[in-house]
Amino acid sequence: MKDWLCEIRDAMKAFVRTVGELTLFFINIVMYTPRTLVRRPGLVVKQVFNSGTMSMTIILTCGLFVGMVLGLQGFDTLQRFGAEEALGTFATLSLVKELGPVLTALLFAGRAGTALASEIGLMRATDQLAAMEMMAVDPVRRIVIPRFLGGVVAMPFLAAIFNMVAIFGAFIVGVTFMGVDEGAFWSQMHANVAVADVAQGVIKSVVFGVVASLLAVYQGYTSVPTAEGVGRATTRTVVTTAITVLILDYMLTAALIG
Amino acid sequence: MKQTRAVEMGAGLFVLLGFGALFFLITQTTGLSNEIGNKGYIISARFENVGDLKVRAPVTISGVTIGRVTGISYDPERMNALVKMIIAEQYKQLPDDSEAAILTAGLIGGQYIGLTPGGSETWLEQGSQIEFTQSAVVLENLIGKFLSSMGGGN
Amino acid sequence: MKKDCPKSIVEIRDVVFSRDAKPIFDGLNINIPRGKITAVMGPSGTGKTTLLRLITGQLTPDKGHICVDGKDVSTMSREQLFAMRRRMGMLFQNGALLTDLDVFENVAFPLREHTDLPEKLIRHIVLTKLHAVGLRGTWRMMPSELSGGMARRVALARSMAMDPDIIIYDEPLAGLDPISMGVILRLIKRLNDALGITSIVVSHDVQEIGSIADCSYLMADGKVVASGAPEELSKDGNPIVQQFMAGMAEGPVPFHYPGPDYEEQLLGRVVE
Repeated sequence: MKDWLCEIRDAMKAFVRTVGELTLFFINIVMYTPRTLVRRPGLVVKQVFNSGTMSMTIILTCGLFVGMVLGLQGFDTLQRFGAEEALGTFATLSLVKELGPVLTALLFAGRAGTALASEIGLMRATDQLAAMEMMAVDPVRRIVIPRFLGGVVAMPFLAAIFNMVAIFGAFIVGVTFMGVDEGAFWSQMHANVAVADVAQGVIKSVVFGVVASLLAVYQGYTSVPTAEGVGRATTRTVVTTAITVLILDYMLTAALIG
Repeated sequence: MKQTRAVEMGAGLFVLLGFGALFFLITQTTGLSNEIGNKGYIISARFENVGDLKVRAPVTISGVTIGRVTGISYDPERMNALVKMIIAEQYKQLPDDSEAAILTAGLIGGQYIGLTPGGSETWLEQGSQIEFTQSAVVLENLIGKFLSSMGGGN
Repeated sequence: MKKDCPKSIVEIRDVVFSRDAKPIFDGLNINIPRGKITAVMGPSGTGKTTLLRLITGQLTPDKGHICVDGKDVSTMSREQLFAMRRRMGMLFQNGALLTDLDVFENVAFPLREHTDLPEKLIRHIVLTKLHAVGLRGTWRMMPSELSGGMARRVALARSMAMDPDIIIYDEPLAGLDPISMGVILRLIKRLNDALGITSIVVSHDVQEIGSIADCSYLMADGKVVASGAPEELSKDGNPIVQQFMAGMAEGPVPFHYPGPDYEEQLLGRVVE
């Protein structure tokens, strides 16, 4: 019983320390971000490719099927109220405000986040970061910042693409398979979805982009330089991102709606 | 160098597609596609109760969207709601004795303003006010009426 | 001219350093003469890599001074430290090439980061350095396509790119076949002779490094236990030096890691 309490106390201490470390790390990144953008835009472009373009397959596939499921479920539920015309509204609002940003962030953590964490972790394990230090090159500026920025840029676009594909998926199922009137599908959507709803989703995806990218590069950068350590950093990236994104999602929703 | 160019192309395509998707979401899923822009004339109407009417809600005539609500406010002097709406320029010939009603789209849809043309020969213009209005139907009132009429029947 | 200068380029004075409450150095003194090859040897776990990190300012000693070119490393600001490191090259155990860049870009990396040289000049410098280590032909290959020895030679070319005054070698021979070993040894020697670069070689390959070193230090228990030319070392009377130089399993460094009594543990009488 006492051991158990001790463990909790230690875990709390470790948590507070990690939050502090993460904050300092983030400040360091933000401080040198303008310089990286001006001097080395090519590095950022390459990371937009790695985090964005390389995540397209998973985003397109998952987006399409999430949309199709929404089409089926939405139709089934709305039909009970005789309101299947509202399917377009239902699918689009769920997607742009919630599912799009959140699912994209989780998929991003799984695809791009783990790639970033393991890449940076392996660079640490194989002394590449130390070699840079020795060549008087700051690895935070040369390695971490471009990767962080690449993720930050990629996320809102990934979320937008996810949403677009998912709405298309809901359209296929609802209109083509289930026979919802096409005109009603779109006109109901137009009447009830406001630009503010879309903007709310974009704000969320920007915040999630910062969080997911930061956690990924942080986990990689601070990983224990062994094979096991890199593996653990990768796992932690997914776990911490998922938890943080879902908690933040609630807070953001409350703030944006309230 | 060749590899770098492929990366740049890939990143560029991705960003363009992303912008395209954002553009799609903003213009094709929202009411922005029914936008009549800011060209038009503003009229107003007074309602006892606007119910769930929102700014940006459509203004229709015979089911065709011809404008949108630009402002809803409460007038403490006359103790009713003042709704301002913008009507697209091409719909100039609306009789000035038209009636405005707050209606509901579908069972769970949002509320909008439906105009019913009158018989006057003079038209509504910038700053005109619609005389005849019909407030939003409030469910509680409706049920109340229904119950009292049932009571009367007994 | 540099070779004639008798002053030590790196001086390590009474350095005390411990990590996680475990003492690693306890009064370490090493002088590294300018323009010579200095070997630092010692059994595994004596903190050879830690020593290199101290010299390059990646770690700070608890006590004592480390001076490079007369300046104390531990009092340097980050900018001064980076300025100092530009004049140092370091060869890591496995080369530490940047895996996302090809051989050419790896060697060009320090030049691109620190200079605004025109592409033509960078190309010229990179190809010269690669030619010097005999790997000009690999310029378009990725690090993953190179063998261990080749990767180390490319890394050596990279550490020479900025024409440093000092090159530090961290276990340059570990895990190499005899041919690659010979190649690396010859390169170290040639760079030192031809360019007057000060070389610090950390290794436990006694015979091989001994053949090219001007001066050797043998570390054990956080101190220097013997120093001098390689021949002097093998004649040293200190038993730990004897054990290390001759590669004997038993000696002052015991074969068995300290543990409870063997018989007691087998009989299960040890509280675990």
